[in-house]
Parts: sequence; structure tokens; C-alpha cells
Amino acid sequence: MRMPESVSVQINGAACQVAQGTTVAAALLLADQASRISVTGEPRAALCGMGICFECRAIVNGIAHRRTCQILCEQGMTVESGR
Amino acid sequence: MIPTEVLVIGAGPAGIAAATAAAANGRKVIVLDDNLAAGGQIWREQTIRKNDHRPHDGSAKQRALEALSRSGARVYTGWSVFDAHASGTVEAIQRSGHDEIVDEFGFDSLILATGARERFLPFPGWTLPGVFGAGGLQALVQGGYSVAGKRVIIAGTGPLLMAVAAHLARQGARIGAVVEQAPSAKLARFAASLFADPGKLMQGARYRATLWNAPYRTGCWVVEAISGRQNQLQAVRISNDARTWTEPCDLLACGYNLVPNTEIASLLGCAFNGSFVEVDETQRTSLPNIFCAGEPTGIGGVDAALVQGKIAGLSCAGKNTQSLQRKAAAGRAFAERLERTFALREELRSLVQDDTIVCRCEDVPFARLRDRNGWTDAKLQTRCGMGPCQGRVCGPAVEFLLGWKPVSVRPPLFPVPFEALCSQSGVPETENASSQN
Repeated sequence: MRMPESVSVQINGAACQVAQGTTVAAALLLADQASRISVTGEPRAALCGMGICFECRAIVNGIAHRRTCQILCEQGMTVESGR
Repeated sequence: MIPTEVLVIGAGPAGIAAATAAAANGRKVIVLDDNLAAGGQIWREQTIRKNDHRPHDGSAKQRALEALSRSGARVYTGWSVFDAHASGTVEAIQRSGHDEIVDEFGFDSLILATGARERFLPFPGWTLPGVFGAGGLQALVQGGYSVAGKRVIIAGTGPLLMAVAAHLARQGARIGAVVEQAPSAKLARFAASLFADPGKLMQGARYRATLWNAPYRTGCWVVEAISGRQNQLQAVRISNDARTWTEPCDLLACGYNLVPNTEIASLLGCAFNGSFVEVDETQRTSLPNIFCAGEPTGIGGVDAALVQGKIAGLSCAGKNTQSLQRKAAAGRAFAERLERTFALREELRSLVQDDTIVCRCEDVPFARLRDRNGWTDAKLQTRCGMGPCQGRVCGPAVEFLLGWKPVSVRPPLFPVPFEALCSQSGVPETENASSQN
């Protein structure tokens, strides 16, 4: 069985190709997109990379508040910056 | 409920060693870990499998994972523990891209091997995209983020900084500087003490060799991260107290050593010694069926974690651990040297300004916290520490800045969907499932 080398994900509506095994948090950074907008309106990106800080939380496949550093990109996944 | 004799929380070096020792001595063992793969933070690897990827045969991680697999212990990755009871159960949730599963795990003995996280100190600009933890940036690069060609400054304190800088340099980053707040005299004493430990000395030498052209600035610290257009990091201001200067950079990786993950131990009611979980020579906590190994008992690194884990696992299997005690004592001594060497300097308390955000979850600036008289007051008045991270980031910062000790830890230990709490209170699985439809 041959694994495809890259997967396509939708990040804030734009299609992005990333290598298979890329975390959603890394994909957000590669796409230069904030993972969330803070309560006072600041763009935020992943900080700790290990599931502690919750700064990387975003909307993944329609489910809010997912820690994107703990999720791998999958073909067809949709990711939106959290609010 | 999934019952087991020994339940290990955390599959880093301590948890792996503990599970292996207990299972190899006949105990039924389950290991739960929050991350995508076993190995913890120190043994984290690229999640991208390249075609030429080969396992690192003979590495400490490889040996430990092989021993774990041979032992018969079962490892559940991607499971986060959100509640625990000393009477013998924990509640955990597994979340994938699509769905969530909640289950209860029963135990006779519990081994807490929950590791450590980075300590973050607030300074102007630390919430800008482009500012990461030191280990944080390393983990994100291992998750597929690219730093190739980017100018990176690594700052903060602790032995992790050199390891991170070496890793990022190998990934093509241009290392602007490694900025270590500890003074050079303390670092020289620490380096001299490593001559008794050739393994650690060699590792340090290898990092230096990789970073031969990157300046290592001791007794210096970042006072501000400066943004250019569209909130993009552009430069940092660095100080050594005598003077302050600007260094351009694309990314800043800044972490002030490690703080232990002790939320589960607190929730269970284990006794503490300062910030760390109190244990005896068998790694037993103040509660007879709860053990603790690795960083939550003192920040001592991978070697200390491995020996403590093994002791905890053997103790749960009723075995003698006398032959390991000398090595364990050496690990504790190393932890004490680390703590002395990388102790935070007073100047770092004045980095935070009135408008600097301290609690990133709730955007609470320092001005709103300064005059509060402790955690309860601050939570009531400002919501500081009440967001999704539950004070894991701002807690250690506030303790350093204002001296507030952490207050009670309550379940759930982090946000979980409402359904998770329903199944916990004894709602049958079928009823719970139908309520979601």
C-alpha cells in the first residue's frame, strides 16, 4: 500500500497542501493564519506545541475548541480560526 | 470501565520505564497519554514520515519503546485524563478529528508520570504570532512547521535552549542568538559539574558543535518583542541590565525552564514539597496507592525520570528497589544543580508592563491583577486563570510575579464536552449515545 505524500486541507476557506503527518497547528502556521482571535480581538498562534496552552485551539471539521497541535491533518479536513 | 492493576498516566521516559518494570514483573498495565505518540516531550519525533525515515536503532527511546512493547503493557495514546479519584478510577477522553470517546479506567495502583511544561513569563509583545515557547517551537517544527531560512532567536533559561537551538539549526533556521538569563559564572560551575557525567557533557559538546557560529549570550534576557506590519514579529529587544539593544528576527522561541504538571496529583490530594509532589524512596506519594515519577517530583531530566519510573513500576510489582537508589540520588542531585543554575533573576519580574497581557485565555492585563490579594480575588474580579488552559500558563507566571500560590484544582482538569460529564455520572452508554442524536 502506498501512502499519498501530501494531503489537502481547507484553512479559512483556502485549499492548502501539506505533507502527510503535519499537525493542524503547523498547517495554520504554514498558511500564516491565526489559530484563534482572542477575547479582545488579537490574532493568536500556537505557543506551547504540546497541548497545554490552548492558544492553538481552532474549529476543526466544524467542532470548536480543538487543540490543533494534537491533531494531524487529514485529506479534506476543514479548519477555521477560532473566535 | 476498563480495569487494570497498574495505571500509568504519561508515556514519557518516566511512564515508559514505570509501565515496563511493572508489566515485566507480572502486573497488568495500561498507559494513558495525551499526545499523538508515546515518548513524551523529550523523545518527541517528526510526525511527518519521510520516505527515507528509519527508526533510530539503538537510541535510548527505541530501546525503551521496545522494552515497553515486550513487557505487555498496553499504551493508549491521544487519551487525556480530566478527572481522577484515589479510590481507584480516572476519567479520560480521546478526541480525534471526528469524534470523542469518554471512558473510565480502574486501577489498584496509579503512577503519575505527567512530566513538565515550559514556564512562560509575560513581557510586552509575548502574545504576537511568531513568539513561541522554546520547546514549543521545536514541537511545532516536529509537527511539520518549517523554519528553513528564518532568523530565530532562542531565549529564556535552561538546558533546553541549546537543544532547541541545535534542532532548529539542523532544520535550516538561522540562529540569531541563544539568549540565556543565567549568569556565566553559574553556567561555568554547572558545566564543570558535568565532568562527572560524560553522557551529558558529550551532549552539550554536540550542541555547541552544531551552533558554532551562533552567539550564546549569557546574563541576557528579552525585554520586548516588536511587531511590524500586521502583527508580524520583526525584532526583539534584549537587555543585560547595563544596556539594551535590538536584534532583528522572524521568530522568537522563549521559555523559562520547566514547571511540573501536577494538576492530577493536586486533585487526588497528594502531599507537596513546594511545587513538587512529595515521594518516598519507592516513589510512593502521601497516598498509599498513588506513585509519582519524573519531573513532577523535581525537574531532573530524562535520566532521573527513567530511574524513578523504573523504581515506581517495581514498587507497584512489590519488588525491591535498593539497587537503584544510588542512581536515583544522583538524579535528585542533578535536579538541585539545575534549579540553582537556572534560578530566575529578579530583573525578570519587571518585564511585565501595566498593559501586558498575563492571562492569554481571558486577555487579562497586569494592571488588573497587581492590586488583587490572591487567586480567588483575581478570579472573581478578572477571570484570570479561568480560561481553557485553567491557569497552566498564567499560574506559574503569576506565582513568580506576585507570589500567589496555586489554589484548589477541580475537575474537569481542562474543558470537555458536556456529554463527557454526563457519562461520568453514571448515565448508561446507550442512553448517553441516544441523547446526542
